[in-house]
Amino acid sequence: MARIRLVKIAHARSGDKGDTANVGLIALRREFYPLLAEQVTAERVKQHFQGICLGKVERFELPNLGALNFLLHESLDGGGTLSLKTDAQGKTYSSALLRMEIEAPDGLVL
Amino acid sequence: MIRIANGQGFWGDSLEAPLEQIRRGPLDYLTLDYLAEITMSILQKQRSRDPRTGYARDFVDMIYRGAADILDKKIRVVANAGGVNPQACREAVAKALNRAGVKIGVVAGDDILDRLDAMIGQGIEMNNLDTGEPLQSIRSRVQSANVYFGAAPIAEVLGQGAQIVITGRCTDTGLVLGPMVHEFGWRLDDWDKLAAGTIAGHTVECGAQCTGGNCQVDWQTMPDYAGIGYPIVEVEPDGTFVITKHAGTGGRVSVDSVSEQLLYELGDPHSYITPDCVADFTTIHLEQTGADRVRFSGIKGKPATPFYKVSISYSAGFKAVGTLVYAWPDAFAKAAAADKILRERLDRLGLRFEAIRSEFVGVNATHGPLAGPPSADLAEVVLRVAVRNGDPKPIERFTKELAPLALNGPPTVTGLGSGRPKVEEIVAYWPALIPKTAVQPVISIEETR
Repeated sequence: MARIRLVKIAHARSGDKGDTANVGLIALRREFYPLLAEQVTAERVKQHFQGICLGKVERFELPNLGALNFLLHESLDGGGTLSLKTDAQGKTYSSALLRMEIEAPDGLVL
Repeated sequence: MIRIANGQGFWGDSLEAPLEQIRRGPLDYLTLDYLAEITMSILQKQRSRDPRTGYARDFVDMIYRGAADILDKKIRVVANAGGVNPQACREAVAKALNRAGVKIGVVAGDDILDRLDAMIGQGIEMNNLDTGEPLQSIRSRVQSANVYFGAAPIAEVLGQGAQIVITGRCTDTGLVLGPMVHEFGWRLDDWDKLAAGTIAGHTVECGAQCTGGNCQVDWQTMPDYAGIGYPIVEVEPDGTFVITKHAGTGGRVSVDSVSEQLLYELGDPHSYITPDCVADFTTIHLEQTGADRVRFSGIKGKPATPFYKVSISYSAGFKAVGTLVYAWPDAFAKAAAADKILRERLDRLGLRFEAIRSEFVGVNATHGPLAGPPSADLAEVVLRVAVRNGDPKPIERFTKELAPLALNGPPTVTGLGSGRPKVEEIVAYWPALIPKTAVQPVISIEETR
């Protein structure tokens, strides 16, 4: 087992809906999807975004796209025009999630 | 098969993209999205100052520049450019076309600002969809209120022969689904087909964000970002479709690029709710069928809900954002010290804000604590301080407290070139639902003379 960052096996896109940010996490290759589904849980994402996500995290599975969709509630300082953040729309939360480390099985070809 | 292009992902997107779309290859429809959530309040303010305004002026300029191609090639144009004054937009478009006999259709009736109190009186609550708060809490500060109509009125006005369709508030997905419903005669309860057209609309609604723009995969080798192609939907009568772009344009249409866009601003993927249907994103099957061609199939939908979404904008106080740039050495330490000094001065002045936020661009503005400690040798750091308050007076005073730091705070600071920060009014967004029975789209059609 080796610890690798998600950026090695996934890409992502994020956006906003009010004070909720969504982060879509997509496996770079379909064979990586089970690793994401198993290890990138709502709990781990909540922990990862400590200090940023003040509400709950919801996770949805899209195995057809090799993807997971996360909703990070209360994460945008009020959201929209009320937010005082540079990234009021959570556009960069996509790559923020890709900083997360997961356990990769030995012999995983990247 | 029909070809439906997107030429505009938001108001402020490329002015050239729609013209490239109509000039570089065959198209049946050009769709353009001009309205963001808070755009309506800006347009409402414009119209209150001048009753001939209140729509997306960029659209009229685009029609003026593209008129010859649009008319000669018989491309039909569908745009939510009407804002809060679709009739004035139609008149301006008619002038810009400068040709007789062109049918321009308008979908209006979405503006419910004047009917808001009557609706509340009828028991339509319009509580905030996110927070549950009652509309009454902000009623006196409301600036605009518009219903999101879907594809049905667009299909109807196309059916009456409109070559150009101008709508007020309307879903981005409806702009793309409307032409499909019209062309193929899809029934408004054929949920799978409506879901397919809705997902096509979602894929292209942000313009080049599905053709390689903002895509993380192999961005370093993205072909010709400068000439990036905007998306085209090639849709079949059975609802399957291909996302592609004109030959010879930049960017890349791949499973990766469209997957990123599919997940953009997505909530529960099983229930993507529009006025037309509820689309299920977990049923999408994607296949790369050629260079810059991705085929969508297998899409399933569910019945539409009995509600329209309403977008209400309201005045929510004031804010200001100020920045100072600190240079090496110890750039972050200097910026952090300046922040502390600024806050102490604001405190001594007795200024209080509903919210104050400091960020250090170059250190933590995007990824916050996830970015970890800053490197010791940063070339520069931008201190960015933002404040928000209902009463603008403390904000006005705040804007005068940044510049002095250039001479009376930590050293090697610059970036004051543009002067004091501006105090901005905050117009916030209030999403709500109303029963579909409470409001009807108003369709009209007129021929240019």
